[in-house]
Amino acid sequence: MSSPLKPLPAWADVALIPLINVTAAFIISGFVVLAIGENPLEAVQILITGALGDLDGIGFTLYYATSFIFTGLAVAICFHAGLFNIGVEGQAYIAGLGATLAALNLGFLPGYSLAFAAILAAALFGAAFAAIPGYLQAYRDSHIVITTIMFNYIASAIMGYLLVDVLRVPGQMNAETAPFRDSGRVPQVHEIMSALGFHWPVTPFNLSFLLALAAALVVWLLIWRTRLGYEIRTVGANSTAAIYGGISPARITVVTTLLSGALAGGMAVNVILGEEHRLILEYTAGFGFVGIAVALMGRAHPVGIILAAILFGVLYQGGAELAFEKPKISRDMIVVIQGLVVLFAGALEHMFRRPVATLLARRTAQPPI
Amino acid sequence: MGWFDSFIVVFASGIRLGTPLILGCLAGLWSERAGVVDIGLEGKMLVGAFASAAGATFTGSVSIGLLAGIAASIAVSLVHGYASIDQRANQIVSGTAINMVAAGLTALVGNAIWSQGGRTPQLPADAQFGSIELPFVHSLGAVPIAGPIYEHLISGHDLVTYLAFLLVPVTYWALYSTRFGLRLRAVGENPAAVDTAGISVRALRYSAVVICGVLVGLAGVYLVLSQAAYFQPNMSAGKGFIALAALVFAKWRPWPALATCLLFGFLDALAIRLQGVELPVVGPVPVQAIEALPYVLTVVLLAGFIGKAIPPKASGIPYVKER
Repeated sequence: MSSPLKPLPAWADVALIPLINVTAAFIISGFVVLAIGENPLEAVQILITGALGDLDGIGFTLYYATSFIFTGLAVAICFHAGLFNIGVEGQAYIAGLGATLAALNLGFLPGYSLAFAAILAAALFGAAFAAIPGYLQAYRDSHIVITTIMFNYIASAIMGYLLVDVLRVPGQMNAETAPFRDSGRVPQVHEIMSALGFHWPVTPFNLSFLLALAAALVVWLLIWRTRLGYEIRTVGANSTAAIYGGISPARITVVTTLLSGALAGGMAVNVILGEEHRLILEYTAGFGFVGIAVALMGRAHPVGIILAAILFGVLYQGGAELAFEKPKISRDMIVVIQGLVVLFAGALEHMFRRPVATLLARRTAQPPI
Repeated sequence: MGWFDSFIVVFASGIRLGTPLILGCLAGLWSERAGVVDIGLEGKMLVGAFASAAGATFTGSVSIGLLAGIAASIAVSLVHGYASIDQRANQIVSGTAINMVAAGLTALVGNAIWSQGGRTPQLPADAQFGSIELPFVHSLGAVPIAGPIYEHLISGHDLVTYLAFLLVPVTYWALYSTRFGLRLRAVGENPAAVDTAGISVRALRYSAVVICGVLVGLAGVYLVLSQAAYFQPNMSAGKGFIALAALVFAKWRPWPALATCLLFGFLDALAIRLQGVELPVVGPVPVQAIEALPYVLTVVLLAGFIGKAIPPKASGIPYVKER
């Protein structure tokens, strides 16, 4: 920690350092597998075969990846404004309520316009729930990290109450709503494929994936090609400078959290409208937190996020197969990997920077004449 | 059972539920007062709980369990310290990572060793903390009002509970009446000034992080060796985050921290007590509303509607020596 860091070449900054960080996380994960008495290489093989070995695995992998693209984008867009939104989990949960209320109560809408209304409702509910901490950060100076953590628990309490006491079908044991009608669902890929005469195994993979890719493109355009995106990045880089530039950081904070919550709502579209077709208790299953790992690993860039989301999709689907074949490596292993990725790609992201900089400087230095 | 007895039962239960909150909250207080934000309390509590269960299960000794829990929690704290102090990391990211790794690793290892879905075997009674009877309980128990309060509310808790209550004045004294405490608080407000005085910011922050590890580790130990007698995945169930909320609510001060944690513990006890109870006018009690109350209260406080919670000025900001 003596001399200041030398600037790294762009390729090292964009590709090499992140790759080293993620590799470090996976190497440590390998040691964890070794420590509980299993062979990490065999585990990787089972994991990859389970996730990508057949169409069935690929379907599940892309289904999980769809959720992760949404939650990753939701976290990332806040990163650009210098905000840490830990509340994606709760926002996605509340978005599920929006989707459900629309799908169950707007049945008079013709055809698939019901599904579109439900998607819109998911985005609106997610955005509204995210905007409260956003507003409190912007205008009441309360730290968004603490408030979004609190809001996750508040969401959980609200939804617990609604599902158990209000929305549950009378006489039903499980805390879940009635199923949606077909026009309130997002079509699954196997349905479309069989309609077209192709064979595709039954998986939850649905058209939300296309919506996720579109959202990634829109986020990219927004952040790097629009005036609002420029303002978001300026506030994130230096909010004092933003004020001098005539940008209101408070307004940008609220707008960014609105967008973030709407993106979190995408997860409700994928899981609630695309697969479950009813609202269930704790449907988010920690996927909002996976978004943090995905956003950090993808370095808050939509392309990086899509790649990281697919990697985590592989981990979740392959991890399920792995837990089946090797009961010792339970699905908790995936949470460990996720945490290590956040640790190395996020908290310790500069740990390898100095050694790499020294190494590169030594290689490119001219020998003394 | 009269209302007075119910009152005592709920309060005693509130003390038991509040104890891990007090320890977690004091842990966060030490760390954040020194400028290291810690949202990883939840994860450390979990690690402390798991290690104490593992230690006590393997050796059958409650003291080994206690030491193992604290040692493991300190180790995790040092990871957070290394990231926050030496690597100048984003402390929120580091805390998030610790929560994830802790949740996954404890369940994974527990399942790999005992093959009970992450649960550890039930500990025998001599590998747990027993309840301590204070002197004259039986003779004083007959005194009206004060007697039952002494017998059921004040007496009969275990070592960790009394330790938690004792640690509140100790923390207060150490932070406000010792040189170390003054320096530690200064490092959370203005580290540059401390550095100028020739005192190591790094050493102070590391000691705060270690103290935090000890305290929150104790909270985890309490969950296993005093309450459940086994570990199960995610058994901290958000207590680390409630402790964090209590810390904000108490505005980073020891005595209000005690009061807040007892309030939150009492709310928890009340929610359990009122489960399924029908009130005359309201009907069935919406238990979720009581459970969510600590979080709602904290948000309302943070929003500045009841007083103002201002964190230590340098908390969350890595210290960079000027050159």
